[in-house]
Amino acid sequence: MAKKDKQEVSSVELNGKVITIGNGPVGVYRTKGSIIFDILNYTIIGLVALTTVLPIIYIIFNSFATELELQTRPMFIIPNVWSVDAYKYIFASNKILRSFGNSIFITICGTLINLFFTVTMAYPLSKKYLRMRTPLLNMVIISMFFSGGMIPGYIVVSSWLKMRGTYWALLLPGAISAYNMMIVKNFFQGIPQELEESAHLDGCNDLTTLVRIVLPLSLPVLATFGLFYAVGHWNSYFPAMIYLTDDKMYPLQLILRNIIVTAEAAAGDMSLMDPNFVEPPKQSIKMAVIVVATVPIMCVYPFLQKYFVKGVMVGALKG
Amino acid sequence: MSSKSAVKADSLSREKVGYWKKLGIDLAKNPWLYIMLIPGIIYFIVFKYLPMWGIIIGFENYSPFLGPFKSEWKGLYWFQRFFATRKWWDYTSNTLILSVMSIVFTFPAPIILALLLNEIRNIHYKKVTQTLLYVPHFISIVIVVSITYVIFGADGIIYKLTQSVFGTTIDYLGDPKVFRWMIVGQNIWKETGWGTIIFLAALTNVDTQLYEAAMIDGANRAQRLWHITLPAIRSTVVLMLVLRMGSVLDTGYEHLILMSNSLNRSVSQTLDVFVYQNGIVNGQYSYTTAVGLMKSLVSVIMVITSNKIAHALGEEGLY
Repeated sequence: MAKKDKQEVSSVELNGKVITIGNGPVGVYRTKGSIIFDILNYTIIGLVALTTVLPIIYIIFNSFATELELQTRPMFIIPNVWSVDAYKYIFASNKILRSFGNSIFITICGTLINLFFTVTMAYPLSKKYLRMRTPLLNMVIISMFFSGGMIPGYIVVSSWLKMRGTYWALLLPGAISAYNMMIVKNFFQGIPQELEESAHLDGCNDLTTLVRIVLPLSLPVLATFGLFYAVGHWNSYFPAMIYLTDDKMYPLQLILRNIIVTAEAAAGDMSLMDPNFVEPPKQSIKMAVIVVATVPIMCVYPFLQKYFVKGVMVGALKG
Repeated sequence: MSSKSAVKADSLSREKVGYWKKLGIDLAKNPWLYIMLIPGIIYFIVFKYLPMWGIIIGFENYSPFLGPFKSEWKGLYWFQRFFATRKWWDYTSNTLILSVMSIVFTFPAPIILALLLNEIRNIHYKKVTQTLLYVPHFISIVIVVSITYVIFGADGIIYKLTQSVFGTTIDYLGDPKVFRWMIVGQNIWKETGWGTIIFLAALTNVDTQLYEAAMIDGANRAQRLWHITLPAIRSTVVLMLVLRMGSVLDTGYEHLILMSNSLNRSVSQTLDVFVYQNGIVNGQYSYTTAVGLMKSLVSVIMVITSNKIAHALGEEGLY
């Protein structure tokens, strides 16, 4: 019996049900080969995990090194001399800070719009008695398999809806992810019908039932998909690149792309003083910009990991 | 005779009216549900179905000033032109080679890692390594490419390392020979850890008693892996492969356009990148819409075919 307990390696709570992950077989009869395999396996996993985070750690530490040390010392992780010169340099102009603010604005507004559209569509579609349910679900499913493609989508947003140059072009075209909406819909379907019926008897209409009964019950799901959407907004650069025209509105990811990929000078406004000032950004500055763009994600990483794993599992088990 | 036909007509009209009448009753009964649906329906019509209709510009010589109704009708001209350039095979082969490489190398990686993780019995070790492995999934593609530029660029640590070890060096960012390996490597680094979740979830559904029974029957670890663990994740693997096959022509243009430059153009120009370059950057809307349409059609055919194959293998598949 004691042996069996040991087998339950780790567990995850999903919809109140405890599921054990990785019921790896415990070797009752441990052979030599089995022990060697274990040693190898632990080492391999350890090394893979280390290589996964090593580039990030390397960038973080090196961003605090002086440019001189980066140029002269061949390779190192922890710098001899610590300096924040690179950070001082990139925060000297307000370009990075402004784009940081833009990114926060886009992420918050975008996520709220996403959640609003997703919930208001998922809730009616979770009602099996609704007459328009089947045709609407078909409409959603078809859009998951076939799309107009990049160019028609671009033309609709930029020239037919005239959203080019505004934040609407970043916020609205992705307002609903069909896949996420279907999972939220399935979750709503799983909420006991009696709860909503009793709310109706107490004089609630569908809207107040949604707001007062259903949404409070779905907070974990909303958190999960809110984070899905938020990370998507924070990390995206492509819509901003094709739709935004004013570089004062650029989000951080696009600025980062311009600095490193197209090697634009990091302190954009400084270059205005001297028209001939076209110096490629130094290694330490590139690293500092990468760190600034990564820090917010790393700050919320514990939540992300918890809710994202749940989200993937919900999708995997239900789908 | 006349009464008979009158009854028939009456029942016909009643049927016709019936649908709308029933819908009307439903509307009156659930007004809030239908009001809630409005934003979602508008979203799907405007941002999903309007672009589908917009494919029509692939059959005209679309001019943004004339609009889709007044632009000159060209029929299949753009499709013929694409195949007449002979360049089409370059784009298509670039797309296919990159896709096949990513299926061969990127697809099995999370399965192998999940199987190794599943054999780890120390909870804390497993939790820590998993936490590290999931990190890159949350990092944006811009940051992944930026880190690559900083590490593999001419000032980068890997570049210097190759120089000191081999004497010569490789232009990691420009050489067409290494371009695809860089893309595959970045994808493996970013998504392998995250990809394990779905397989680990499938492994949780394995009944522990199966392992116990197998052990009593004298099965060793390799036999248990082969006869219990692998069959348990088979359907998940097939499902993921079906999904992957459906997007065989999607090469992740948001990633590729960051990595492509004038030196590696011969291999980095996939269909997606071609559509982006010539459509959004150069404004050849009709031409690229036609190319995008062909890509979408092939994708739909791929999804249907791979789903059929999944069914033939006795798996559930996508639908």
